[in-house]
Amino acid sequence: MVNKYTERLYNGLIKENPTFVLMLGMCPTLAVTTSAINGVGMGLSTTVVLVLSNMLISMLRKIIPNSVRVPAFIVIVASFVTIVQFLMEGFVPSLYDSLGIYIPLIVVNCIILGRAESYASKNPVVLSIMDGIGMGLGFTVGLTAIGIVRELIGAGQAFGVQVLPDAYEPVTIFILAPGAFFVLAMLTALQNVFKNRAQTKKAAATAVGCESGTGCETCKSRETCGGKMVFSELVSEAKNGTENKVAKDTNNTENEAKGEEPK
Amino acid sequence: MKELLLIAVGSALVNNVVLSQFLGICPFLGVSKNVKTAAGMGGAVVFVITIASFVASVIYKFILVPTGFEYLQTIVFILVIAALVQFVEMFLKKSMPPLYNALGVYLPLITTNCAVLGVALTNVQKSYSILESVVNGIAVAVGFLVAIVLMAGIREKTEHNDIPKAFQGTPIVLVTAGLMAIAFFGFSGLI
Repeated sequence: MVNKYTERLYNGLIKENPTFVLMLGMCPTLAVTTSAINGVGMGLSTTVVLVLSNMLISMLRKIIPNSVRVPAFIVIVASFVTIVQFLMEGFVPSLYDSLGIYIPLIVVNCIILGRAESYASKNPVVLSIMDGIGMGLGFTVGLTAIGIVRELIGAGQAFGVQVLPDAYEPVTIFILAPGAFFVLAMLTALQNVFKNRAQTKKAAATAVGCESGTGCETCKSRETCGGKMVFSELVSEAKNGTENKVAKDTNNTENEAKGEEPK
Repeated sequence: MKELLLIAVGSALVNNVVLSQFLGICPFLGVSKNVKTAAGMGGAVVFVITIASFVASVIYKFILVPTGFEYLQTIVFILVIAALVQFVEMFLKKSMPPLYNALGVYLPLITTNCAVLGVALTNVQKSYSILESVVNGIAVAVGFLVAIVLMAGIREKTEHNDIPKAFQGTPIVLVTAGLMAIAFFGFSGLI
């Protein structure tokens, strides 16, 4: 069995990577990734805030009344952001200048509030800290990846060092605003390619064991559903159990994507 | 007057909040499936940002500066915004239930719409007067409204197009946003 602490790290880095899988915190993702170093800086400052706020919220989870939890979370997060902001202004002024207004805006980063709401407010302190580290590193990796691509194509550099030969003509648009959208679009599309491939494989595997009797062969929507939906309308009565489970699963993923809790 | 006009055009078109500042991307991608909801969301944002930028700059000028608590701006602003959003939500629930239902989960999310906090913070950073802050707020919000409605219009048209499978969903929306951002670059000659 996987250690539950390392499982949290894996979850944040790969399985529920905030940038590529959950698509949370898009504003800083697009705005500050003009260079790899900015991406790293933003990612790490978010990680620090995320870990600290997860820790404190998890400690206070039994004290904060349920009805005022969101304002309480916001105040906690905002306090840590203010602290981080002052530390950065004092110790890394150049990074502070290049990130500018996006540092105070860490407060409204959906990832932080999302993790506070869906994880830290329900789980013990150490696990919450690990969750914060995992999510934060996942975010950092995402930002750095986008930053490297943009910097490489847009300026021919990586982390400020010229890597491409001088003959390469930088495509400036990639470090301007539109480039952010394009790079993220390409990366998500790439991810979709892998996801689709995995899904077709899985569908092929499950379609063989399709519910007998109702017959998947005659189903018109077989192509799209891949044998997963068992005639939802017709046999819903008979297969109530499985139906509900499928519906519940999709609901869960949707809610997770919004950083919300299933109500 | 000329100053105000410059601020308005600059914030609404040249430095469009979504397409060049990247604030408020979540609702921009999330609620832009059809024009009607997009316009509703845009309207709600206009309302919230206008009031928020006014209230925030009043609080900053008359409470935070005299008492020397400027460094608390982030905390204070986010609380003001959260309270305002709550108010708008209650107002819409009572007076416009269809719109309230259409906006659904995204209305409370205006709190975490970076555009709102972003405007309040920019106003302070650029040391705008209260009037200038309000004008800037309205302009930014109108910029958001324009961007999200245009986006929704384009998405309604592309919905039935034959898009490569890997690009369906978010990627094509992002590509569209990128092209819109290029188009909005055209405005940079205005100022």
